[in-house]
Amino acid sequence: MTDMKKFGTGILDELKNASIDASKCMQCGVCSASCPSGRHTTLNIRKLVRIAGKTNDILSNEELWMCTTCYNCQERCPRNINIVDILLDIRAISVHQGFIHPEHRVVCEMLLEYGHAVPINEKNRKERVNLGLEELPETVHKYEDGLEEVKTLLASCGFGKLIKHTESRVTEDKT
Amino acid sequence: MKGLSLFLGCLVPNRYPGIELATKLCLAKLDIDCTDLAGASCCPAPGVFRSFDRTTWLTLASRNIELSEKMERDMLTICNGCFSTLADANHSIKEDDFAKKEVNEHLKKIGKEVKGNIDVRHIIEFLYEEYGPEKIASYVERQLDIRVAVHYGCHLIKPTKDRGLGNFERPTFFDELVTALGATSIEYPDKMACCGAGGGVRASMKEKSLEMTEAKLSRIKEAEVDCIVNSCPFCHMQLGEGQSEIKEQMEIEYDIPVLHYTQLLGLALGFTAEMLGIDTNIEKNRKFMDLLDAEIES
Repeated sequence: MTDMKKFGTGILDELKNASIDASKCMQCGVCSASCPSGRHTTLNIRKLVRIAGKTNDILSNEELWMCTTCYNCQERCPRNINIVDILLDIRAISVHQGFIHPEHRVVCEMLLEYGHAVPINEKNRKERVNLGLEELPETVHKYEDGLEEVKTLLASCGFGKLIKHTESRVTEDKT
Repeated sequence: MKGLSLFLGCLVPNRYPGIELATKLCLAKLDIDCTDLAGASCCPAPGVFRSFDRTTWLTLASRNIELSEKMERDMLTICNGCFSTLADANHSIKEDDFAKKEVNEHLKKIGKEVKGNIDVRHIIEFLYEEYGPEKIASYVERQLDIRVAVHYGCHLIKPTKDRGLGNFERPTFFDELVTALGATSIEYPDKMACCGAGGGVRASMKEKSLEMTEAKLSRIKEAEVDCIVNSCPFCHMQLGEGQSEIKEQMEIEYDIPVLHYTQLLGLALGFTAEMLGIDTNIEKNRKFMDLLDAEIES
């Protein structure tokens, strides 16, 4: 399947817009040399910068998700390219096309349900009481109206739909 | 200067309540005007949610910021991730009218409007800028004669263009706050390296993220320190729980106590380990506390 058929023409334009800054790159490699993830994974940030905005293939590239967003590459880039900002934008386009790790979808589902990416559990309810704190913190865990507000905003931004959409995409790709 | 509201985030209240208590005890002892920020949610986390949908990320962050605006207080964070999201979002609201307008369209549905008239602070830079090491030292009741590996974490200082806390290669402000307590901050290779958890990597590629952590821990171990001190509950988790996960995954044993700065500060201000949520049922922490007690008795 060609890129065009797979994603439509608009996506490459989106990728190009997100990656304009990357065209300043002279492929010196300071980014890769500064990358803590690159020492342990296959992440080659210099290569990602080179292909950013040039191909749709980047959308399904696993390396996008190996970046810890430490910003070393961006800080040290002699051409002042906002490498991490570009990478985050490309990730978002990728997610909107349905590519998401199942573990990340779980984190999203937590946010959708509890307003916390990491909600309270039994162990820490007890731990809070043992320490003399209230069982529930002063967050949306304690304030239901606050949680309703968060849910209204998530719906308004279409976040629930987006995450549901990624689910169908992953299922589709498996078949 | 405005008073502060305490933004808790997720990991501190829901996984490390000891850090929440330590923060509150220290703020009270230092006479810092800070109140709870009732009804806040996840910041939302920068590595994942910003990667998924920028509008959602900015809108939820703006709701949290608006809660603090209503109280006419600046926001205080105790997590590098929350600081990253809230400081960056606050910057967008202040500088980008288009983004602010878009966010306020969403916020209107819950009867809120974000204005962009407060600041977002991180406890480390707040203590350094507003108090300074000398003033902190004047509050110390218990000199901590220990060797500390300071872990800044990434998002406290980077991106430097937005944080404005100086160069990221060799910062000293966090170390100065540690030495103010009587401790020695030990230099070690890769001191500024990432803990390995950020960007959603811990969630989806745990083994790889732990390899990064192990590399950092091996450097810290060589430096022969008594503990690691951090400014972020996510780094805290990766460097702390990470040690048991590394033992399981790679059969390499590390036995280094890990403390959030508010817990170290709390010890220096005279609070007990139990009050600060430092788990003394864990052998390495018990040894650490014995060491501290021995230092004081001698």
